[in-house]
Amino acid sequence: MLLDAFDILLTTGFWVAAIRIASPLIFATMGELICERAGVLNLGIEGIMTVGAFTGWFTVYAGGDLWTGVMVAALCGAMFGLLHGFLTVPLGLSQHVTGIGITLLATSLTYFTYRVALSESTSPPKIEPFQPYPVPGLSEIPFLGETLFMQTPLTYLAFITVGLVAWVLYRTPLGLAVRAAGENPVAVEAQGISVTAIRVGAVMVGSALMAIGGAFLTMSAFNSFFFEMINGRGWICIALVVFGSWRPGKALLGAILFAAFDAYQVRLQQVTGGVIPYQIFLMLPYILSIVALIVVARRASYPKALMVPYQKGER
Amino acid sequence: MTAQSNGEVVLNLSGITKTFGPLIANDAISFSLKQGEVIALLGENGAGKTTLMNILFGHYVADSGTVTAFGKELPKGDPQAALDARIGMVHQHFTLADNMTVLDNIALGTQKLFWPSFDRAKARQRIVSHAEDFGLSVNPDALIADLSVGERQRVEILKALYRDARILILDEPTAVLTPHETDALFRTLKMLVAKGLSIIFISHKLQEVMAVSDRVLVLRGGKLVGEERTAETDRKALAGLMVGEEIKPPQISEPQTGKTVFRLENVSAKGVGTGADLHDIFLDLKAGEITGLAGVSGNGQAALAALISGTLSPTKGRIHINGETIGSWSPRHALAHKIGRIPEDRHAVGMIGDMSVTENVVSERYLSNRFSKMGFLNWGAARRFAESIIHDFDVKCPSPEARVRLLSGGNMQKLILGRAFDGDPQMILASQPTRGLDVGAVSYVHAQLLKARARGAAILLISEDLDEVMTLADQIVVMSKGRLSAPSRRGARTIADLGTLMAGHGFESASNTAPKEPDHAA
Repeated sequence: MLLDAFDILLTTGFWVAAIRIASPLIFATMGELICERAGVLNLGIEGIMTVGAFTGWFTVYAGGDLWTGVMVAALCGAMFGLLHGFLTVPLGLSQHVTGIGITLLATSLTYFTYRVALSESTSPPKIEPFQPYPVPGLSEIPFLGETLFMQTPLTYLAFITVGLVAWVLYRTPLGLAVRAAGENPVAVEAQGISVTAIRVGAVMVGSALMAIGGAFLTMSAFNSFFFEMINGRGWICIALVVFGSWRPGKALLGAILFAAFDAYQVRLQQVTGGVIPYQIFLMLPYILSIVALIVVARRASYPKALMVPYQKGER
Repeated sequence: MTAQSNGEVVLNLSGITKTFGPLIANDAISFSLKQGEVIALLGENGAGKTTLMNILFGHYVADSGTVTAFGKELPKGDPQAALDARIGMVHQHFTLADNMTVLDNIALGTQKLFWPSFDRAKARQRIVSHAEDFGLSVNPDALIADLSVGERQRVEILKALYRDARILILDEPTAVLTPHETDALFRTLKMLVAKGLSIIFISHKLQEVMAVSDRVLVLRGGKLVGEERTAETDRKALAGLMVGEEIKPPQISEPQTGKTVFRLENVSAKGVGTGADLHDIFLDLKAGEITGLAGVSGNGQAALAALISGTLSPTKGRIHINGETIGSWSPRHALAHKIGRIPEDRHAVGMIGDMSVTENVVSERYLSNRFSKMGFLNWGAARRFAESIIHDFDVKCPSPEARVRLLSGGNMQKLILGRAFDGDPQMILASQPTRGLDVGAVSYVHAQLLKARARGAAILLISEDLDEVMTLADQIVVMSKGRLSAPSRRGARTIADLGTLMAGHGFESASNTAPKEPDHAA
């Protein structure tokens, strides 16, 4: 039995699943990371993912094409980001309270829209989701090709996003301004850059990524929209940002690690065949993420101005 | 300092007025700055110096008035416009991001924001060449957090020079510097003026103003009350203009030295915040004496104050009070041993802004029989206590129910004095007791400390203001990197000696542990 448990790690199916499960987490984690790097905690993530999941899927259901769906999801996410940004940056409201409010608002608004738009249907309609797209050449590589390069286009986009976020944050003047806004907004203002613009902009872009993360669930992982389908993934992403010490590369590793545990526990349930209650396995990724946080994040140096509102000309 | 002026006006402020609610921070202020000139803006805390400069730099928007630089009027409330007009500002509280490098801090906002790449090589080369030109050596790749306060200030100046500033504004630049660092700063300023820059130097320290400026503008209560050529005036005249009345130096009698009240023996402790750890501290506080502790902030003063107040436990060594060794140590023990405390940060630690005067003054003693019985507060007694402090210490506040937040700094400090001096403490810990107060409040605090000394209390005065320490203290100790120098009696060490110690030299009994870099806790 112990050998079976180990053998799971050698199957391609397991790794394919891990990468697939990781994809929405990667989008949303990058989104949260951008927000926090600029100094704004975005607890609206869970609700914004719900919005993304619904709007992306609904656009396709209403006749739009898949990429249009992704764009619509991103746009709707950005709008909720604008709301969160407006309340927390120029108005300087509590980022915790506002974020939770955004999550509640976004989630219930989504469910309400769903009920109004699809009042007749008893079971949620299905769409034709993104299909796996083997990358020519790369997908031929044994094992690695099957796990990494036979995924859906959205998964590729997730990985590209990580590279892009890292590049922008560390290699461009804009990224420097975003990071400085999260470290010491006064330094940004003193150099003639608007802290408000940088922070609100970062929250909008971050929220758009969160929404795409949500859309991945309805348009790539599954093909329909269910209530409660985000199921705490947003909260996990908040922890992943901390786990990754606010660095895109480390956060990516964290997302894959968490997803791997998630994929692993499902398979482990089958191997152990009911001797151990399945709830224990369901708990596993969450327990491990808490342990990982304790080990890794205690020494993490967080952005110094995170959750500190900045008001120009205040004395 | 020699003027390189060719008389051309580079900056002109005209009729600047700014109010914050009922407070008139700036009242129709006008002046102009010539090329190659150093103007000193002199005034007490709260005179409106910083507000004026923040308006000039676009951080605040003036209610009325105009700023003209090199013949062009600046739009209001736009720091970018000030930067474009080649005005650079070195703020009192540095505007640097600690977790980023010198290079990142300097180059921030100097390159096109929406551009796929950031030209680090160009930025580095420019920083290095400016650093050489102006004698401001600094490593572009160092993290700000690892730099000393003096180095951070150099980065701030470089930040302005990097943008080709022609006008440099320095807001209280020496407040955080050691005497040696101050000298180095003055040399830098001379070099800048020689290269044609014009400088506005904001300060409330007369000797610095005399040393560095060509012309002095004096602000008082938001108004421009005087304008003098430095060569044609003296410290006394300026002091009179600044305060509006003659200030009498405190009358200090011979100390009536008694027995040792409080003693630290070989004590070490963890640092507080970014401040240094304490290493092997010996400290003797005698009844009827003021012991002054000088040092640049961040060198362990916060830890020592926390240790004496009981919020920090020593990792090593012993505390003795009246000859007895203390076993357990907490704020409640400190209070029980009649140690009165004036904390460094009256807003964050000393008082709770949103609670009333009454609630704040009983906050140290609400458990005593005087203010509570069987778990119920005796509001009558509490209110009477508040009223007695308001009366005895001349606190200006509407009523004991007023929220402390609404009080001025001086009145808040009087309230703290009243609370700390209640029941005639045998020892008083005064941490930066006059920081940010106006001259009247400062002399009141000094008088109260001297009164407590005459009564026989042992007083530890921790201050960054070397003048204050040298005036009040009967014995002086210096703290640097968590170590404490041997004490010296009044007048035994010169200001230069103390400066050397403050810079960390001459500690014979230095411990072998590597001390942390000092950090400014501003």
